[in-house]
Amino acid sequence: MRKSLIAVATAGLTLSLAACGGGSGTSTSTPTTGVASPEATTASSPATSAPAATGSLTVWVDETRIDAFKQLGSAFQASTGVSLDVVQKPSQDIKTDFIAQAPTGEGPDLIVGAHDWVGDLQANGVIAPVELGDAVSGFNEIAIRGFTFDGQLYGVPYATENIGLVRNNGMVQDTPATFDELIAQGKAVEGAQFPVVIQQGAEGDAYHLYPVQTSFGASVFKVDADGAYTTELGMAGPEGEAFAAYLKKMADEKVVSASLGADQAKQAFLDKKTPYIVTGVWNIKDFQDAGIDVSVVPVPSAGGQPSAPFVGVQGVYLSSKSENALLANQFLEYLATPEAQDKLYEFAGRTPALTASADKVKDPILNGFAEAGKYGQPMPAIAAMGAVWKYWGAAELSIIEGKAEPAVAWQAMVKNINDAIAAA
Amino acid sequence: MSPPTTPSRLSHARDLSRPGFYVKLVLVMLVNAMGVYGIMACIPLEEWGVLAFLVVTLLVVDYVYFSNRAIPAKYLVPGLIFLAVFQIYVMVNTAYVAFTNYGDGHNDNKSAAITQIMKTSDRRVDGTPTYPLTVLDRDGRIAFAIVQDGEAKVGDAETPLAPADGATVEGEKVTEVEGAEVLNLGQIQQRQKEVLDLRVSMTDDPADGWLRTDNGTMAYVAKSTLTYDEAADTFTTADGKVFKADPSRGLFVAEDGSTLSPGWRVNVGFDNFTQMFSDSRLAGPFVKSLVWSFAFAILSVLTTFAMGMLLAVVFNDPRVKGRVLYRALFILPYAFPAFLAALVWRGLLNREFGFINQVLLGGADINWLGDGNLAKLSILLVNLWLGFPYMFLVCTGALQSIPGELTEAGIMDGAGPLRRFGSITLPLLLVSVAPLLISSFAFNFNNFSLIFMLTGGGPNYPGAPYPLGETDILISMVYAIAFEGGERQYGLASAMSILIFVVVGLISWLGFRQTRKLEEVL
Repeated sequence: MRKSLIAVATAGLTLSLAACGGGSGTSTSTPTTGVASPEATTASSPATSAPAATGSLTVWVDETRIDAFKQLGSAFQASTGVSLDVVQKPSQDIKTDFIAQAPTGEGPDLIVGAHDWVGDLQANGVIAPVELGDAVSGFNEIAIRGFTFDGQLYGVPYATENIGLVRNNGMVQDTPATFDELIAQGKAVEGAQFPVVIQQGAEGDAYHLYPVQTSFGASVFKVDADGAYTTELGMAGPEGEAFAAYLKKMADEKVVSASLGADQAKQAFLDKKTPYIVTGVWNIKDFQDAGIDVSVVPVPSAGGQPSAPFVGVQGVYLSSKSENALLANQFLEYLATPEAQDKLYEFAGRTPALTASADKVKDPILNGFAEAGKYGQPMPAIAAMGAVWKYWGAAELSIIEGKAEPAVAWQAMVKNINDAIAAA
Repeated sequence: MSPPTTPSRLSHARDLSRPGFYVKLVLVMLVNAMGVYGIMACIPLEEWGVLAFLVVTLLVVDYVYFSNRAIPAKYLVPGLIFLAVFQIYVMVNTAYVAFTNYGDGHNDNKSAAITQIMKTSDRRVDGTPTYPLTVLDRDGRIAFAIVQDGEAKVGDAETPLAPADGATVEGEKVTEVEGAEVLNLGQIQQRQKEVLDLRVSMTDDPADGWLRTDNGTMAYVAKSTLTYDEAADTFTTADGKVFKADPSRGLFVAEDGSTLSPGWRVNVGFDNFTQMFSDSRLAGPFVKSLVWSFAFAILSVLTTFAMGMLLAVVFNDPRVKGRVLYRALFILPYAFPAFLAALVWRGLLNREFGFINQVLLGGADINWLGDGNLAKLSILLVNLWLGFPYMFLVCTGALQSIPGELTEAGIMDGAGPLRRFGSITLPLLLVSVAPLLISSFAFNFNNFSLIFMLTGGGPNYPGAPYPLGETDILISMVYAIAFEGGERQYGLASAMSILIFVVVGLISWLGFRQTRKLEEVL
């Protein structure tokens, strides 16, 4: 009995092995045909001198840019034959997922993201340098500086954006030169609950306060002769503390508060409770849809120097684990052409990073933002920046909430940030 | 030993003349087929661990289902395999990561780190031109051809660039070379790894750099700022600075302490565990979060249970009219996804614009989520709203299973309603719901989504050295330290989650031991 069972078991195994052998036969033959077919096509069409490349590239894009990149992908495929497999990823996960998955070989060839990821991605060894050659000179200098890390370019920028002061022309028509006058003007407007709003929320928002901070000469990090950030804090010292004191004043004037988060600030502007809001291009469409006539101007200076918001640069990174690096580099080269940058402007509506394309933009709103960002600096990209944001926002919030003396909170923040950078 | 096997005693699955056997045969064949497919898929990927697991599992499965000695195992094996994959593996992997420095900057293994350092140090030489490139196949080896100073030059991995005889040049590009095949884009793409890896020396002198390409159409002159010495395991810069591999830190470190990026994963022993207690910046918030985690979990269980039980008792009374409607309404909060509800409550509790302050309290200025104690209260209240329907449901079910005679016997003995509740209903109720209270405690102890969505752990301690807040429970503290501090530290996060696992496990074990005593009332 047992013998027969063992025999049957062996038979079963052999059968399943045989079945599997058949399966694996087809699976090994598939790659062979896959390899053969491009050669066959190239061989069968010798008439065309440079046969189009075939293949596909995987790109991770967040929800806000997926449509633009899908359209760019079809344009790219039309001109080169390489298709772009555009995969949507939630914007808050895209970087973390990429860092975790790239080493396993499961990651994409390219990702679309902000320039301030470069430090983090480089520290994890998941992005490859990009060599654009002389094409670099055609780009907005801030955009290139944003994607440069340790003297090496790590991505191709395609758009820049920054915040500015958005004005409801139905409530006020001209904007004064200083922030104090702005507050006075805003308070005098009939029906306005707030003179001007700058979004904060429960975790603070240093990004939206930065134009005011820089007008005190307190930039986040000092810059070296090439314009690259050092790790020495520029906001330590009396300039930063002067801003901290002014922040308390802004809280007293109801310009900023913990309960005015992004949604609440936007709603206050939509409800005409404030004539001014400090925000970016992403909200303009909603304002215009609500029938508000808006203009964009630079944020008035509070501390005497011109306000300089952070400039965010959007671009495409190349994975260091890409199996298709050659095609991917061809795509990046295409992305650096005026043709591609014009197309992305058309699809996404952001100021192109290529100067030649940016100069063609005639939109008064985008030009207003460009004017507001004239003195702007790229957001720092050092790996410890995540910690900096957290401490920075939390310290500003504790000043706004009146939980700590401005100068004390500011000094504690400077110490914490310095510790975090030293530990990293 | 084995009982005599007669055909009449043979099970369906062992009798060759009955269909049961063939059903079994087909099922086991399918399992074998999938297993063998998995094993063969592992070989090209070089996943030897998975391969070994599949081989062992397959052998065990075949033995168990074809032998007549392993009857209990036939029932247990599928469950045990799933246990191994979904529980044991995850736990072992977490424990393994807890002893490594896996995290930002130590994301991959050492060879990947070396490759990446070499890749990023291979840079274009400033001020050199780019050349239109022709990629050639010369005797099976890839070669590059460019036009330099009006002259066609060819070189490959072994031979530096040298003038090529019999080459045709059109404009700036070489179009034909004698004795070599010009590759078109499709062919270049087929061999892209060879093309991308090829470095053609400009001259015999390595200091002149080499020719390389990123896209197969343009080439540029590059030079490496670092050289790797495999025997010594060091990187050396052009001016002689030496970075030595430090296996204890997973980094290339120079004598002045500067490092190369990226590093690699190494075993760091108990560092992650001791860091929680030795790092004074962590120890303080850790204790505070621990206390609040217990307070939150215990109070959440008590409040939701008290409220759920009260409503269940009231609406279990046949004298209440419209019970079905009320019960349906009470279950509504349970039907909302918890994190969505937490987000809605966050909006309702906003200090200046929230519905609670503006409408219910007539424009009051109560800082629900911005004040430490009020934020804790808000969390407990929202969790009460979220959690009581569950307790209401289980208590209603348990109450209906308590025999009415017991209550009647109480009435006969002259016990009042409170006495009957305290001596009959509550003890019987606890017998069936006590295990659920323990699981509810374990759930709330790790109730990350509520904390994260409602307060994000805030309000933050002003000036605290880590972005931690007063309402952070342990699990949200782990998240903040491991992911929000700017640097992801998977090793530290794993070590902390192991500690939480120990705490929850201990509490549950103690709790279940106690519930056995409750059963003695029966």
